[in-house]
Amino acid sequence: MLKSAAAGNRGKDIRSDCYVEIELRKSGGIQLELTSKVDALFGQANRQLIANVLDYFDIVNARVIIEDSGALPFIMMARLEAAIRQLIDTEKEYLPELLPENCYSTARDRNRRSRLYLPGNTPKLFINAGLHKADGIILDLEDSVAPAKKDEARYLVRNALRGNNFYGCERAVRINQGQRGLQDLDYIVPHWVNIILVPKCETVEDLTEINARIQAIKQAKGLDYPVYLMPIIESAKGVLNAFAIAGASKNVVALAIGLEDYTADLGTQRTREGNESFFARSMLVNAARAAGIQPIDSVFSDVGDQEGLKQTVTESKAMGFEGMGCIHPRQVPVIHEAFAPTDAEIDKAQKIVNAFIEADEKGLGVVALGSKMIDPPVVKRAQKTIAMAVDAGKIAENWRDTYGN
Amino acid sequence: MATKLVKNALGRLVPTEVNGKKQIPYKGVGKYKPDYRKYAPPVASMADFPSGNKLVKDLKEALIKAGLKDGLTVSTHHHFRDGDLVAVQIFRIASELGIKDLVWFPSASFPCQTEMIDYMENGTIHHIEGSLNGPLGRYCSEGKMKGMGVLRSHGGRYQAVQDGEVVIDIAVLAAPTADPFGNANGVTGSSACGLLGFALADSQYAHKVIVVTDNLIEFPCIPWQIQGNYVDYVVQLDKIGEPEKIVSGTTRITKSPDRLLIAEMTAQLCLEAGLIKDGFSFQAGAGGTSLAISYYFEQMMREKNIKARFARGGSNQYLVKMLEEGLVDYILDGQTFDLEGVRSMRDNPRHQDTSPFTSYNYHGKGNFAQFVDIVILGATEVDLDFNANVNTHSDGYLLHGIGGWQNCLFSKTVILPIPLFRDRIPVIRDSVTTITGPGELIDIIVTERGIAINPRRKDLLDALKNTRLPLKSIQELKDEAEKICGVPEKPNLGDEIVAVIKWVDGTIIDSVRRVIPK
Repeated sequence: MLKSAAAGNRGKDIRSDCYVEIELRKSGGIQLELTSKVDALFGQANRQLIANVLDYFDIVNARVIIEDSGALPFIMMARLEAAIRQLIDTEKEYLPELLPENCYSTARDRNRRSRLYLPGNTPKLFINAGLHKADGIILDLEDSVAPAKKDEARYLVRNALRGNNFYGCERAVRINQGQRGLQDLDYIVPHWVNIILVPKCETVEDLTEINARIQAIKQAKGLDYPVYLMPIIESAKGVLNAFAIAGASKNVVALAIGLEDYTADLGTQRTREGNESFFARSMLVNAARAAGIQPIDSVFSDVGDQEGLKQTVTESKAMGFEGMGCIHPRQVPVIHEAFAPTDAEIDKAQKIVNAFIEADEKGLGVVALGSKMIDPPVVKRAQKTIAMAVDAGKIAENWRDTYGN
Repeated sequence: MATKLVKNALGRLVPTEVNGKKQIPYKGVGKYKPDYRKYAPPVASMADFPSGNKLVKDLKEALIKAGLKDGLTVSTHHHFRDGDLVAVQIFRIASELGIKDLVWFPSASFPCQTEMIDYMENGTIHHIEGSLNGPLGRYCSEGKMKGMGVLRSHGGRYQAVQDGEVVIDIAVLAAPTADPFGNANGVTGSSACGLLGFALADSQYAHKVIVVTDNLIEFPCIPWQIQGNYVDYVVQLDKIGEPEKIVSGTTRITKSPDRLLIAEMTAQLCLEAGLIKDGFSFQAGAGGTSLAISYYFEQMMREKNIKARFARGGSNQYLVKMLEEGLVDYILDGQTFDLEGVRSMRDNPRHQDTSPFTSYNYHGKGNFAQFVDIVILGATEVDLDFNANVNTHSDGYLLHGIGGWQNCLFSKTVILPIPLFRDRIPVIRDSVTTITGPGELIDIIVTERGIAINPRRKDLLDALKNTRLPLKSIQELKDEAEKICGVPEKPNLGDEIVAVIKWVDGTIIDSVRRVIPK
């Protein structure tokens, strides 16, 4: 093991984070050198937290340097643990309190219009992420985390799942590929993750291994909440296997496409028009629909181009996709607006839902609109359309109060 | 220094004497009425200005002729914001002349004036009455200033001068254009910075007035925002300011998604509360969030075909665009925050320059702030009674001046859009570190996690009964922040009072205590 180790981030632009450096010593007790932007208000609390963590890992002699840029407690805990676990061999985890408001599961078929990527080692972006009303947030352990920071990001993401309120968003984690990705599961499955994004998924076997590990963790810990999968197809091979992947297991609820890597794999460039990926996207929508799950589009990476984003989402919806990735919160409303039902769709859905409620009130078993019978799945889809229209602010929640007047 | 303290109407302990002058504790909004006459400077005679040409060789000569000596009060203005080149020159000259114990009375101070610390260290400056921020705030907060700092609002500064609470011995007005008689303006010349409104009181009431310009033109200087009839000396310098620095970093719409969210919620709230309607008026100052709110207002006004009667500036490129597109009828401007504002003020008769007298002075027969429907302000802290602090950081350090903040509280609806916590520091406190403004004048706090409406505003609560916006009590917001950040400890403050905060009527609303670094 190392004698000294570091974790976290420091520097002038770092906020809501801290940098921790620990050097184990043979004697002398704990030499704490803490500098903190918030020392006047949280100096005692920070010192107590640091002492608790060191004590938990039985560290009694060490030089501990901490530069705090206003890290919340769960963040500071993760940074300390990330440094300590490089120094001592232990299975122990220092877990922040699990917020009761984080103990929720999501529905298989919930809206997944927007998923907001949060780089897994940048905690300042976690704190308010849930307020931007994306359908889901993704704590990313994969491409947005530098290779040297991959280990420490795990503690941070784990602690965020427990201690950071995401206000009802579906909480996803994008794990790494291969062995590292399997290990990532140990840090997230026990902490109420809702859905796992599997990057560069190419075969059914990729998911089998992951599911086996998830099952093992759930069994060992006695967990009974669902952990869904959203494989991301990012290669030519993946596209050709899309249908098999979509149906690989019951917990696969959506299939996403990642176009940056896909176009690279094809040996071409990603363009605005997207002709190069038309086949792949079409294939993905077909595969997902055939398997009865949600097809989800790639991210739109030009944060400054809201107009371009709007066009892209409109096309995406027209192709049959149900959602898109976001890399900036300002993309969320544009995406929701574009995926919101059109006036014609709302009008039709209102008729159906109204007929359904009236039939129900009259005690009729069959719903009819004019001379046309309405099947239950149609009613369900109409109800979802209404919910989305309410959510987008297009109609009021109590629209029926004035309906038909 | 044993200072006698009394409790004011907000329960804050304030000194009865500051820098040797007797003080009145804050008595409540509208409770203190003056019963004296305005201050009058000495009467001058045309006989002393036979040619009307008041040019002197340089600033030093002007200061000497104006009678610069120990203990005088010298005023300057912040029309160039962080690009001012004149104020430090005055005290550099005073220091070279070996003059001691001056009072510097700026309309605001900026980081470009950090050199003033040297002149406090060597005794040239006794104390500052004006905003104390950045390094100057730190210096004062640590108890290093000889005298006590006095912070006033823009309106309060006018009031203090008018009422004779501060007697200005020498006022130095940096003017982008002037003539030898002393007529001056801020809208023309290579250093054009907009208007010279903050210097109005000084020109009227100071014993000696020096106009400093880098664009001396032949009589008459039109427009004459400052009238030469008040002026004793005119000095020509190579450069008086860097107008590009009036853009002080807070004049771009924020890109922060969290701040944009707060801005959007604020605009939506105003719309739903029925505040955005034909003929309304608003003030959204500098600062990225405020600018974003103006932007959202603009969208809503376009969409719903609403026009505003006037907007109160701090003008900037966004407000100017609204004026030029006919979305607002007038800009009533207190200061220009960018060069687009300067251009518009110069060229557009609907862009009116104002002064702290017309906009903000509490000891007058009303002021324009009363007519503003929506005012958007900032704050570093707010307490459960909606009292707010803009002056000190939660660690006790003086951080900002008051600006027009207190004066704007008299507008019809006062909204503070602020993040619930900044870098773990909660904004809502049991008790604010310093009270800059009383809660009874503060109506709405908009944070990213919820909106608190002052229970006194039943009309707003009624109007927003059915809103989908997250209305919460201020206590709920406080609890929410503390759940995330932890409950903050008390900063380490000493007993010694280093500065006082004046209310708009000249009474003392709060004291600032010395910070003892941990």
